[in-house]
Amino acid sequence: MAVHDDARRRWEAQVAQARLRDCDFETVSGAPTPLLATPDDLPPGWPEQVGYPGEYPFTRGPYPTMYRGRLWTMRQFAGFGSAAATNGRFRLLLQQGQTGLSTAFDMPTLMGYDADHELAHGEVGKCGVAISSLQDMERLFADIPLDEVSTSMTINGPAPVIWAMLIAAAEKRGISRRRLKGTTQNDILKEYIAQKEYLFPPRASLRLVTDTVEFAARELPGWHPISISGYHIREAGSTAAQELAFTLADGFAYVEAAIARGLDVDAFAPQLSFFFNAHSDFFEEIAKLRAARRLFARRMRERYGARKPESWRLKTHCQTAGCSLTAQQPLNNIVRTAIQALAGVLGGTQSLHTNSMDETLALPSERAVIVALRTQQIIAHETGVANVVDPLGGSWYVESLTNRMEEEALALITQIEELGGVVAAIEQGFQMREIGRAAMRYQRDLEAGRKVMVGVNRFVEPAEDVPIPLLEIGEEVEQEQVQRLVALRRTRDAAAVARSLARLRQDAANETNVMPALIEAVSSYATLGEIVAALREVYGDYQEPAIF
Amino acid sequence: MSSARPPRPVRILLAKVGLDGHDRGLRIIAGACRDAGFEVIYGGLRQTPRRVVEIALQEDVDAIGVSILSAAHMTVFPEILRLLQEEGLHPRVLLTGGGIIPEKDAIQLTELGVGRLFGPGAPLAEIVQYITDEVGRRRLAGE
Repeated sequence: MAVHDDARRRWEAQVAQARLRDCDFETVSGAPTPLLATPDDLPPGWPEQVGYPGEYPFTRGPYPTMYRGRLWTMRQFAGFGSAAATNGRFRLLLQQGQTGLSTAFDMPTLMGYDADHELAHGEVGKCGVAISSLQDMERLFADIPLDEVSTSMTINGPAPVIWAMLIAAAEKRGISRRRLKGTTQNDILKEYIAQKEYLFPPRASLRLVTDTVEFAARELPGWHPISISGYHIREAGSTAAQELAFTLADGFAYVEAAIARGLDVDAFAPQLSFFFNAHSDFFEEIAKLRAARRLFARRMRERYGARKPESWRLKTHCQTAGCSLTAQQPLNNIVRTAIQALAGVLGGTQSLHTNSMDETLALPSERAVIVALRTQQIIAHETGVANVVDPLGGSWYVESLTNRMEEEALALITQIEELGGVVAAIEQGFQMREIGRAAMRYQRDLEAGRKVMVGVNRFVEPAEDVPIPLLEIGEEVEQEQVQRLVALRRTRDAAAVARSLARLRQDAANETNVMPALIEAVSSYATLGEIVAALREVYGDYQEPAIF
Repeated sequence: MSSARPPRPVRILLAKVGLDGHDRGLRIIAGACRDAGFEVIYGGLRQTPRRVVEIALQEDVDAIGVSILSAAHMTVFPEILRLLQEEGLHPRVLLTGGGIIPEKDAIQLTELGVGRLFGPGAPLAEIVQYITDEVGRRRLAGE
């Protein structure tokens, strides 16, 4: 070690006299970065803690061969206008080499309202596809092989209803629910924390999620009933460590709820999946994903007593950071997205969405979506990074950052536990206050020039005309959707609808799993709005505390 | 206006209209307005245009800031403006806001009588200054 120590002393002496750039040298999350990482930054026995890919504690990846076995799923989130229009975009993406589907719903659907509800006015089909009934779901996936292509649906409050529609639509086409592959986001806890698309109070919502976890374990082995999401927490302004902590805490809350329901942890845990942000701070993001896998594996085995390796294995989707994109000089967004996507891949993600360059201006145009997909294809097929598993493993910096992310997240998780758990912490506004503070700090740093966004506060150019064509959704989408809904209500069997809704109310009020009643209700063509209204009669709604 | 009178702080109602719940921008603006000495009435999520105008009336605000990221701006802003006119609050009460609003829509809305609309990356200081100036101007015009 003497040679090493001498070298270190020489280096320190040089550093002490060196002039450094005028910069805070922090990560995008505001954490200090060392000038240099060395073996001294790692605890003894660190290689054992890191382990091998595909093996506990999965720091280096959930699978032994990672992308040599199978590339990540390239899954672009899409949805706008009518079900038929989105079906067209899905087919385009599959034709262009995309390997999974991901559905964006419009605001009325996300909030459980039919297109003809007064609160839906002006929002139908605008930032996603409008789905008001099973009829729309049938059109959305027309001619798409639901047993071959995996489908992900970004929906939370009404997730059990939308999932019931997908199951019913598939079975009407003769595809058994046991063969369905995909994911419903269905992570209601992060809605209270970040995205705010909740329908009912937290405890009732958690019960509905547990119903879906139980139903998937019993009847849909290929389905991920929840995608436990840090993405929205990060977009709301959290730091990387907060994203990691709040997301895993939410995940553990779902695990505990399912165990309290009487389920064996190994019966449902392999079907859990995660969704993280791939943000701009390259190494911090990679460390976050590595730490997430290790932290999850340890808890699942040590605290919840899971015995199957599949229950310890954290699988995740990643999406590049929407909040990092700029309206100024929008072509720069292609570059940001590419670097973030690379961080997701080097962090070992299982699927990836790359944002389009025009998303701060409007919903992405076809051209912009294809460029985003090509970005993933270039990473996969040209850069060589998919040839080797966890190439940054063993980097003193990445390993020490992984350790630090894990420690910071654990401290926050402990704080939540001391407040009485995730739901109690939400009711006290804890996570929202922490995120709000981080978001404000970042904004102030940006405005003071301590943090740089190219084209926004440095290297600014005079405002230019937007050089890319934007997608526009016409008002006719709403009119047509409303007309279809009116026609549906006229032609369906009204008595069957009433019966199925009565059964749903009853099951929701009792401790019966609501999924069978939901499948019956959607199959009678009860609409999303009618079903959610029936559930709201039982559960009531929720007002959040005002925090800013 | 006599210069001896201390200036009244700006009273602003901040709200999201429509179904979208992405409130990072609104909360940041609320914090910046508070720090600038404004009196902030935080209307929060999922307000209707009618409810916004009712609160504006009850709270006697100088300005309304609406955040919209869900592309419903061409429905929401004209509707709030119409209701403000109905209540005789336009142009005394400034209607401003921000979100994902394409330039050509923003121009059209400004022509209707909506104030400036701020997009992603707009500096907080600029937003606060705009509201301060515009409210000052409208107060003067009203006296």
